Amino acid sequence: MMKIRKYLAEHLVPPVIGIGIFILLWAMLAQGSETLPGPLKTWDSAVTLFSDPFYQKTPNDQGIGWNILNSLGRVGIGFGLAALIGIPLGFMIGRFGFLDRMTSPIVSMLRPVSPLAWLPIGLLVFKAANPAAIWVIFISSIWPMIINTAMGVRQLPQDYLNVARVLNLSEWKVFTRILFPATLPYMLTGIRLAIGTAWLVIVAAEMLTGGVGIGFWVWDEWNNLNVEHIIIAIFVVGIVGLLLEMILIQIAKRFSY
Amino acid sequence: MKKYVQIENVQMSFETRQGPFVALKDIDLKINPGEFITLIGHSGCGKSTLLNLIAGLLLPTNGVMLCADREIAGPGPDRGVVFQNHSLLPWLTCFENVYLAVERVFGATESKAQLAQRTSNALALVHLSHAEHKYPHEISGGMKQRVGIARALSMQPKVLLMDEPFGALDALTRAHLQDELMKIVAATNSTVVMVTHDVDEAVLLSDRIVMMTNGPAATIGEILTVDLPKPRNRLALANDAHYHSLRGAVLEFLYQKQAKAAA
Repeated sequence: MMKIRKYLAEHLVPPVIGIGIFILLWAMLAQGSETLPGPLKTWDSAVTLFSDPFYQKTPNDQGIGWNILNSLGRVGIGFGLAALIGIPLGFMIGRFGFLDRMTSPIVSMLRPVSPLAWLPIGLLVFKAANPAAIWVIFISSIWPMIINTAMGVRQLPQDYLNVARVLNLSEWKVFTRILFPATLPYMLTGIRLAIGTAWLVIVAAEMLTGGVGIGFWVWDEWNNLNVEHIIIAIFVVGIVGLLLEMILIQIAKRFSY
Repeated sequence: MKKYVQIENVQMSFETRQGPFVALKDIDLKINPGEFITLIGHSGCGKSTLLNLIAGLLLPTNGVMLCADREIAGPGPDRGVVFQNHSLLPWLTCFENVYLAVERVFGATESKAQLAQRTSNALALVHLSHAEHKYPHEISGGMKQRVGIARALSMQPKVLLMDEPFGALDALTRAHLQDELMKIVAATNSTVVMVTHDVDEAVLLSDRIVMMTNGPAATIGEILTVDLPKPRNRLALANDAHYHSLRGAVLEFLYQKQAKAAA
């Protein structure tokens, strides 16, 4: 009993207080403003919105559920393609110094570029909004995966390589038994960073491309001057991002040695 | 008599920014089957380098190295290596760590059941049958080192190479593992080359102690034959005059003939 109470006091009370203060400040700010809706008004609006999350009136007017799923779908495809290319590339860059030196100036130069700068190229090449948005996600998530995977391979302890050498393991065994498991934690870090960035970028990308998606929905509600919905969108994006992060941390925990 | 390991006129130098650094020179050593050899010397004398040369992890700059009449051109399963820091793969269980070695050596000729049997036998030899399915982080340092020994022995190597295998263990665990190693070596009739900096360990375990001079350009200073009868018992040896004279000879070499300036 005491243990549970102590745990609650240490782990539940502080976040509850934090959120309470946040909502209080928000309510006070809203009180003094004519345009910013307060927590209660936003909550009412959210209840209405989530009571029917999957309606489909017109292609541009669909439920919040569809918007979230569409955004997640784009992130999934863009991120998946990036993993498919970025992880093997990272392995090769980490393993072969020549390839590393060959690609490092390009990676270093392109990595700091905002992924949105690639959007026009995507529109030009694919001539459609949806693949262009996926393309932006692809670009934003490929760098952390290449860099972290390559780093994991480079940090492989010499001890493990010596084991591989004295046991005379085949290249395939070296990969499956040593290289891959040793690199996995780094790879998962790359994946987590990539998903985080991708989820950040999708909102901005969809604002520019339109269609069904949480980013475009924000923009649409701005045009409708529905501020409650914009605030709800901010919370939704935040919570989905948090959930993605938590899932990946749980996966990474499974593979830490 | 057939020589198991032959090292003839071996020199090893490393390229450094200041030019070549000669670590070892004029190394001549012949090791007989079933012999237990320890390499002893101050740190930096190249004893680990010599072991790595026999393992094939390094290739000599000059000279000839043979194992069972074949030139050592790289690492091979005929030379089992036990590393100083056990070097088990943390994502594999003890069983899987040993199986990896067994599979490599016998996988082409034996069934899966036979391979598993060999693995179990190797772990039983080091008294770790109960920990087969534990991961390295779940067992103690001494147990990890025993898995390392099981992995090396499971390949049925011609020579067992050990690089300060007990250096990182506490004194009691070390003594226990030394006793076990003596039994295992006697039971399997292994040929062993072990690097150590522990004089008692060297005298207790060895047939011959190879004492190395200080580097750079280290070489073999003296070779001491340890003619104590086997099996040896550490308690009985504690009061054995001959044991103490052998121990004294090693100490004299290390601290008088090769006295090292305070590092």
